[in-house]
Parts: sequence; C-alpha cells; structure tokens
Amino acid sequence: MSANKPAKAKPKPIDRRRFLQDTARAAAGCAVAGMAISHLATDARALPARAIRPPGALPEDDFLAACIRCGLCARDCPYDTLKLAELGFDGPATGTPYFTARDIPCEMCDDIPCVVACPTGALDHSLTNIDDADMGIAVLIDQERCLNALGLRCDVCYRVCPVIDEAITLERRHNERSGHHAIFMPTVHSDACTGCGKCEKSCVLPGESAIKVLPRRIATAEAAEHYKLGWEDRNPLVDEIIDLPDRLPGPGTDNLVAPGGYLPGTEGLPDPNMDGGFTPTFKLPGTGGTGQ
Amino acid sequence: MSAKTKLPVGQEAIQDKGWLKAHKYLLLRRASQMFFLGLFLLGPWFGLWWVKGNLAGSLTFDVLPLTDPFVLVQMLVAQHWPEMTAITGAVIVAVAYALIGGRVYCSWVCPINPVTDGAHWLHDKLGLAKGWQPKRNTRYWVLGMVLVVSMLTGTIAWEFVNPISMLHRGLIFGMGFAWAFVLAVFLFDLFVSRRGWCGHLCPVGAFYGLLGARPVLRVSATERAACDDCMDCFAVCPEMHVITPALRGSEDDTPIITSQDCTNCGRCIDVCAPQVFRFTTAFDTTPAPARAARPASPKKPSKASRAA
Ligand code: SF4
Ligand code: SF4
Ligand code: SF4
Ligand code: SF4
Repeated sequence: MSANKPAKAKPKPIDRRRFLQDTARAAAGCAVAGMAISHLATDARALPARAIRPPGALPEDDFLAACIRCGLCARDCPYDTLKLAELGFDGPATGTPYFTARDIPCEMCDDIPCVVACPTGALDHSLTNIDDADMGIAVLIDQERCLNALGLRCDVCYRVCPVIDEAITLERRHNERSGHHAIFMPTVHSDACTGCGKCEKSCVLPGESAIKVLPRRIATAEAAEHYKLGWEDRNPLVDEIIDLPDRLPGPGTDNLVAPGGYLPGTEGLPDPNMDGGFTPTFKLPGTGGTGQ
Repeated sequence: MSAKTKLPVGQEAIQDKGWLKAHKYLLLRRASQMFFLGLFLLGPWFGLWWVKGNLAGSLTFDVLPLTDPFVLVQMLVAQHWPEMTAITGAVIVAVAYALIGGRVYCSWVCPINPVTDGAHWLHDKLGLAKGWQPKRNTRYWVLGMVLVVSMLTGTIAWEFVNPISMLHRGLIFGMGFAWAFVLAVFLFDLFVSRRGWCGHLCPVGAFYGLLGARPVLRVSATERAACDDCMDCFAVCPEMHVITPALRGSEDDTPIITSQDCTNCGRCIDVCAPQVFRFTTAFDTTPAPARAARPASPKKPSKASRAA
C-alpha cells in the first residue's frame, strides 16, 4: 500500500498520462477478451445436427440468450433423456441441455415436466400440448437399408411413433424388384412429427438408424412462394396477376351445369367488343378440356 | 518487534489464541463452501433431491427458486425476458447478498475460491514474485465487457467461459474438459498474477461487489488501538487495500471496513493476535480510538512488501 503513496503525490500531467495509458490498456485487453468470447458465442450457435434440444426450446439464437444452463429440465425428465453438454465431448454450447435420439429419445410426456421445470422460458412455457412440440423432423435417411424400403414388413419405427398415422405413415408402393409385391414405405409428415426420436431409437438396424431426427433447418426445404399446388389451392396464382376466364370442363365430362364450357355471365368473361375479345363457342375439341 | 517479524504469518495468533481459534473463519468458510457444494451433490450422489440445479439456477425443496442475478442481467441485456421463476430467484439472491455483503459469495460460496486460495498458498510456499498486478478496477472493465458482448451476441456471454459454472456444473452434471478452465485460473494465479483472478479480473465478483456495496454485515477494526503492526492481516487479506482506511484511520474515521471489495472472509480476524478485528454490523458505532501515532517503523522485508 504505502509503496503506492508517492505515486499519488506526483504532479498531475504524469497522473493523467498514466490514467490514459491504464485506460487504453484496460480497453484493449477487454476488446481482445471480448472478441474471444464473441467468437465462442458465435461458434456455439452452430448446433450439431444430431443434438436435439428439449421440447419447446426456443430457436438456437434465442435459446442461448435464455438458457442459464441450470439443468433443471434434465433433472425433471423422468426418462433421463436430457443431458447437459460437456465441454469437448458434446457439440452443443457447454452446459446446455440436449438429447441424442438413438441413445434415449424423448418419451413425449403428457405433462412435459422439462418445460415446466425451466425457470427462464428457454423452454417455452406456451407449449402445453406435447404433440405440438417441434424438436426436429424424422427423415428416412437410408432408403437402401431400411427393411421396409427393401420390401420387408419391419414397421417398427411406424409402430412406436407416439403420433402414429399422423407423423409417420406407411405409403404403399409397387415393388419393382419382385414385380408383384408391395413396399410399405415409412413416410414422415413434417406438420405432425414432433422430432421425439422414438423411431430413430427403435430402428432395428444395428448401429446407425435408417430413420433419423434432424433439425428442421436441415430437414426441410423452403417452398418457393410462386409455386402453388393446384390440387391444394383452388385459385391458381395467375388469378392474382391477370384475370383469366373461369373455364369449366367441356362435353364428355360430367359438367352438367354448362355442357359447352363457358358458363354464361361468368365474371371475367372477355367483352366480345373489346380488342382481342371473342364470343365463346360451345364447340370444344372432342376430348374436352379438363379445366384446371 | 524485530523478533516477531521473523514469524510466519499467523504464527503469533496461533500462539496467543490456539490453532483452532486462529483458523476459525477459514475453517468455517471451507465448511460453508463444502456445504453449498454438498447440497447440490446430495441429489446426484445420494439420490436426495433437496436442491436441484446449480449456482446459475436452482430449486430447493421444490419451492425455493434461486437464480444468479449476474446471469439474469446478462440474459436481460441479451434481450430475453424470462419467466417469473427466474426473476423471483434472482431477486431473492440479490436481496440476500445486498444484506450480508455481495462478495460473501466469493469467500463463502464460490467453488473457485478454494482453487485460487490454493494457488495463493502454493505461490507463497514457492516464494514466487507477485507478477502482473492489473489495476483494481480491471474487474469492472471485464464486467462491462461481458455485458457488451452479451448484448452484441445476444447470448449469456460469460457462461461460455465462466470457470465458476464450469467447475460447479461440472462436479454436479459432468465435467468434460471444463476442468481446463479451472486449471487455467489456478495456473494464472500461481504463475502470472498473484491473487489475480478473484482479486482483479473476475466479473462475477465485481458484480456481487457492486450488488452488496452497502451491506449490513461488516468487519470492523474496532480494537485498532491494539494493532502492533505485524502486517499479518495485510498478508492474508485477498483485497488488502480495504484494510488500510479502517485500521490506519484517525479517531473520526470509522473502524468498519467499508470497501465493496471486502469479501467478509474474516481471515484478518483469525490471524490477528491482539484481536483487532471482529464481525459487526454497518450500524455499529462503538467508539474505536485510533492507534497511537508512532514513528515510521521499519518495514518487514518479505511479507509486508508483498502485501503492498
Ligand atoms: S417430454 Fe418428457 S421425455 Fe421428453 S424431454 Fe421432456 S421430460 Fe424428457
Ligand atoms: S431448465 Fe431451462 S434454463 Fe435450465 S438448462 Fe434447461 S432449458 Fe436451460
Ligand atoms: S420423431 Fe419419429 S416417432 Fe417421433 S413423432 Fe416423428 S416420426 Fe413419430
Ligand atoms: S425401423 Fe428402421 S428398418 Fe424398420 S422400417 Fe423403420 S427405418 Fe426401416
């Protein structure tokens, strides 16, 4: 202590210089340390594809702002599904909860104890129906080894699914190899699959599973906005840009309302007096237009 | 006096008060540190789930939520508004430390404290130079840096490196390579900077220091008139600059150690043979005559200079 005293008594300019030096040094040190931590923080966002967050987990960016890594979710998971990531062994940010479906999948508890236990809302408390959970999506990733894909009737992944017949169905296909059998293809539906991983856990193949839960960001593509599925969407896109006449199926079809094609007085029928306008004729080619 | 100066730190107190009394608060502190760690380990080791979680957030007897307020502040800066549970927990912890002294966390609870104390002990044994000594306010710079990084990255930034959580969570949930952070702190304190981590850098300590800057529980040099300049308290105090104003103050200066850096560890009480120090409250107004003025005494060579 006393060694510092003479320094304090020194004239001011030196004090000021020293103060500025110290400040600059502290600021520079903090900048370097800060950048190192920022780097770690940014790195941690790249959650490995095989690490699945608990039900209700916020998107990874928000999750790292919210999760205090207390492990209460893991403690209250009755199946010991959830683990806290360990530095150097597991991919997710150290201490954050995750599970590996092939080891222990999420059993989709009705009361979702992990979410209830989370004190911070890193697991979103608005998730009250476990069927709404979205931990990831199962993907039949190895269609060369899946027994069902080979034409056998394994069906295990289908049968264990807690959302059976909604999240996963068996789609019947022709078995081209044998020529007269069926293939029951396990098919996952992204709107209903919760990513619990029970299918991945139960796949009978040794080692890796043929069906795997992947994060939505990897497993799903984004539908281009200008593609519309006509069979799902009755109004084709062009309707929103130009107004085409609504043409109904012609003769030979079961159109009893307007056997010729156009329904008189249909909105949007071109004015015959206009440039390019015409009077509709009821003579359509014999095959008949099928309309949209 | 000159005969005494040859004695190792605390030797005189041991002679006068007995070994146990000369280590009272050190032993109590170790017991407290083990107690708080033990509570968390009852579950994973013995299946007794009284306390679940870790120092960042916990639930005791399924009713009492506790949250580390520093973690919560980082969360808020990172723009996540938590559930009420976390806020309640943080308020309870904050109020408790505001009353008993923020840095009581450092010396009575934090699991890194035995590590840095160990490094200091070895440092003394090996007679190493004190090394790099950053300014006392460096920890506030680090604190500010952590909050800025939390804000910019939108994460609870300190938890990526915090050796406290690494150790505590590691012991309770599984360590992985997290021990590397703990070893780094130990080596830093041993070879790079004497008492460097807890005394100069740790932003958690800085935060708790600010949080409990005006606590009720305090250490006071009430009997400062009896001080015989052995300098042992300076040698053991992890924040020795806090002692001077109280111990060397004049009649009008309060004998109470008022610095927010004081960790209320009570080690000065232990090692003082004339029993100058004691725990008291901030409202204690017991008159404390200053030490009689005396000529500048020759400095003790080794320990005292290191205390500076
Ligand atoms: S829903 Fe149940 S099984 Fe799944 S992670 Fe939560 S507590 Fe564990
Ligand atoms: S309970 Fe919430 S805050 Fe705690 S580790 Fe789990 S997700 Fe993170
Ligand atoms: S992960 Fe598998 S078992 Fe779970 S809901 Fe999806 S398809 Fe079903
Ligand atoms: S359990 Fe495995 S092998 Fe069997 S049908 Fe499902 S994915 Fe195929």
